Amino acid sequence: MDYLGLIAVVSIVMAGLTTGFGTMAPALAEGRAVAAALTSLAQQPDASATITRTLFVGLAMIESTAIYCFVVTMILIFANPFWNFAIAAAAKAAGQ
Amino acid sequence: MRLSPDELIFWQAGFFKLNATIMFTWALMLALALGSMLITRGLSKELTRSRWQNLLEIVVTAMAKQIEDIGLPNPRRYLPFLGTLFLFVALSSLSSVIPGFEPPTGSLSTTAALALCVFVAVPLFGVAELGLGGYLKSYIEPTFIMLPFNIISEVSRTLALAVRLFGNMMSGAMIVAILVSITPFLFPIVMTALGLLTGMVQAYIFSILAAVYIAAATHRNVPRKIDPSSSRLVAT
Repeated sequence: MDYLGLIAVVSIVMAGLTTGFGTMAPALAEGRAVAAALTSLAQQPDASATITRTLFVGLAMIESTAIYCFVVTMILIFANPFWNFAIAAAAKAAGQ
Repeated sequence: MRLSPDELIFWQAGFFKLNATIMFTWALMLALALGSMLITRGLSKELTRSRWQNLLEIVVTAMAKQIEDIGLPNPRRYLPFLGTLFLFVALSSLSSVIPGFEPPTGSLSTTAALALCVFVAVPLFGVAELGLGGYLKSYIEPTFIMLPFNIISEVSRTLALAVRLFGNMMSGAMIVAILVSITPFLFPIVMTALGLLTGMVQAYIFSILAAVYIAAATHRNVPRKIDPSSSRLVAT
């Protein structure tokens, strides 16, 4: 396979794998966080405002790691520097 | 497919580009400033108010109460900064219902700028509260070995703020764009509603995290004990 095809294949495969694997662990962690929050809400409904706020902040922190994976996937698909460089080099070679 | 509103350029002169992000940011600034100016022109202290004044009062007092709950003892001092962060991000996300509007927070430039504002504001508030020596001393707490880790955590949480907001806003817009080309009628509307919800949550998260960082920077480590008459923690 030539370099252009190799870059394309690896980019596409890794983009899919990044989102696939990267969203598994945050989902599990968020499930555990919500379960703990529900338990404490059932034990102390008076503190529901604090618990809810802390839950949302915690969920946002956990979600961040999934967002990092998503951003890497988007970069690989839409703003891939290696692909752009290879395309420019191939265009220059074809233009000569 | 466009990754961010940065790529839609209206006017260009050498290095300066007027792209969609800047235009939408200006539109939001105009809406916020003009709306607030118009509403606060005839403020009434009576029991009856106009509904717009009521709306602003609800928003401002709710934000002040949240800041106080975080642990910042004088919420009015931090309300301009944190309130502006929240209002800007929330309005940017809410306005995505206007057709043709793309949230400027869907561009890494805007979110990086907001995160840099927080990065600068945290030491400013810390020095204002604790003095320069006191604030710098907080970097070597609890032990001197923690100094590089504290510095790294400062930088990385700023980066996390920027990327979190950018990722959420950009993914919302992109999902809707992709779905419109696949199933045009029902799903894009559902996903737009979900994007509104996550936009409001992310606006809340951004400002609450900024408040938490400021509270950590202005936190005074004084020895405290429980006051027997009121059962609360007071300084010794």
